Amino acid sequence: MEIFDIFLLEAVVNGVLLGGILALLALGLNLIFGVIDVVWICYAELIMIGMYAVYYLHTVYGWPLWLAFPVCIALVSALGVALHQFVIQPVLAAEPINQLLVTGGVLFLLQGAATLVFGVEFKNLGVTLPTVELGGMYMSFARLIAFLAALASMIGMYLFLTRTFLGTAIRAISQDRAIMPLMGVNPNRIFLITSALGGGLAGLAACLLVLQYDIHPAIGLSFGPITFLVCVLGGLGNMIGGFIAAFIFAQFISVGGYFFELEWGYVIAFLFFIGFMFWRPRGLLGARS
Amino acid sequence: MTRVLPWFGVAAVAAAPLTGMGNYPLHLMIMCLLWGFVYTGWAVMGRLGMVSLGHGAFLGIGAYVVVMAWNHFGLSPWLGIPIALALTSLVALLIGYPCFRLKIVGHYFALVTLALSEVARMIIIALRDQTGGSLGATPDTALASTAWSLPALQFSSKLVWFYIVLVVWLAGLWVWTRVDRSMARLALEAISQEEDAAASIGIGVTRLKLGVTLISALMTCIGGVLYAQYQLYVNPETVSGIAVSLQMVFGAIAGGMFVRLGPTVGAVFTLLLAEVLRLALGHDIHGLDTTIYGVLLVLFIIFMPKGILGTAIEVWEKRGRVKPAAATA
Repeated sequence: MEIFDIFLLEAVVNGVLLGGILALLALGLNLIFGVIDVVWICYAELIMIGMYAVYYLHTVYGWPLWLAFPVCIALVSALGVALHQFVIQPVLAAEPINQLLVTGGVLFLLQGAATLVFGVEFKNLGVTLPTVELGGMYMSFARLIAFLAALASMIGMYLFLTRTFLGTAIRAISQDRAIMPLMGVNPNRIFLITSALGGGLAGLAACLLVLQYDIHPAIGLSFGPITFLVCVLGGLGNMIGGFIAAFIFAQFISVGGYFFELEWGYVIAFLFFIGFMFWRPRGLLGARS
Repeated sequence: MTRVLPWFGVAAVAAAPLTGMGNYPLHLMIMCLLWGFVYTGWAVMGRLGMVSLGHGAFLGIGAYVVVMAWNHFGLSPWLGIPIALALTSLVALLIGYPCFRLKIVGHYFALVTLALSEVARMIIIALRDQTGGSLGATPDTALASTAWSLPALQFSSKLVWFYIVLVVWLAGLWVWTRVDRSMARLALEAISQEEDAAASIGIGVTRLKLGVTLISALMTCIGGVLYAQYQLYVNPETVSGIAVSLQMVFGAIAGGMFVRLGPTVGAVFTLLLAEVLRLALGHDIHGLDTTIYGVLLVLFIIFMPKGILGTAIEVWEKRGRVKPAAATA
């Protein structure tokens, strides 16, 4: 069998599309880590809640998608703010690892609550998007949309951070947390805004993922770990590094899954990650220690 | 008095099943001791600032290697256990050495080890032809015509399992104490405070960290073996991956990972919580136990980071100190 056949190319292209989604997932997490220095272990569970929100608004209550999506984004954004205010804020001064673990508690909380309220059955949005054919390759239209939306939101985030006053303040506080309060910036306000932005990005990811996947309470576990690894691979808090790392990871999963089974694609990606960390412990574009 | 008191406690626990309790309380006691042992194993390194989310991999290796060796090669668990321990050591060293050498600590260490436990889970699922994938696997039974089989490490009597697990749990506490009283513990605490400063006064950072990681990983592996042989069922979701790894961390934290019996108290607490909620609410309400568990964990970490037992001891000691001072005043 010829190695470079059309199916391999299809796997590569699908990998690029998957990379877009992963990059979007990593973006929110990196933003939060870069500014607040906290890893939201429950990040994927926020997305899960967002996916349920879209499902209920659209499929159960019959709202149109163009209305359900912004509501979902706003809801998850508010969840992000609440998470920071009630869970992260009290342990900001504690040992850093406590901040990681406390959001792990939220992971169980959200998963349990989702099971309690929504049940364990798989839910499907019931929206079928067509498959696009391009030169003999088949791609999911939903993935294409997700890729473009992810790209757009990343450009938007870049412009926000570099072109606006608020974005500059956020970048400044991520560079030196101690000095900014002396410059008259209220760090807690910046933290809350960052949490809202990170939550909003999680909400956006929820809107894009719900078009492709069935929803169930444990869905966060299927893409949560990979998102953390993408962030660490790129250098925690480094958004451009995370962007590049997302595409590397996605290729491993997609092409590895093409040659072997899907799980082996993940295994190869994880092993590559572990190996890579030993070569560059601070990640792709992380600061050298 | 304080020297013999623990032995009374052990005797009381050991004698408890002889009072003729039913199978269900006995099962709960076995689970408490077994998970207490695993959480203690985690806390051996966790309390020294190495928060590993990779212990699911070691638990999975223990559970699966022994069951697979028995099912596919007819190897007795007595041969399977050394193989599992050897594999665990290899994996722990392969991950630990570069991590400690390159000073991967804190968030990075937690997330690198998280990848490890996910690798273990994915490999178990991917090898579905051998392992049964997500459906799990059952060790071939040796109990068809007999009540117990020592070569197969299978016993139908819960009482036998209780005493096996009790002995292993005591051994775990002994290891914990040995580590606690060693110079290495002081050195490792210095490392967890300020790694470069510790290295500068001649502490062998990598070697010490590796040693304690190895102890912790091997204990977890043994826990995995016992879990599989007692339950006679293994599943990738319950013995590997992120969920069980977090469960270990939280069990240790809830009980208090800085005191000897803390992780065991954490195991008792989390198991009883789940059981009480299940009995009170029945099987129909799914998810409530996880929700309450999550809420409690958040509250614990915010308000009681030293855990139940750690806080209780602190309060007790403060009381003892304050009283004489008040009496003289």
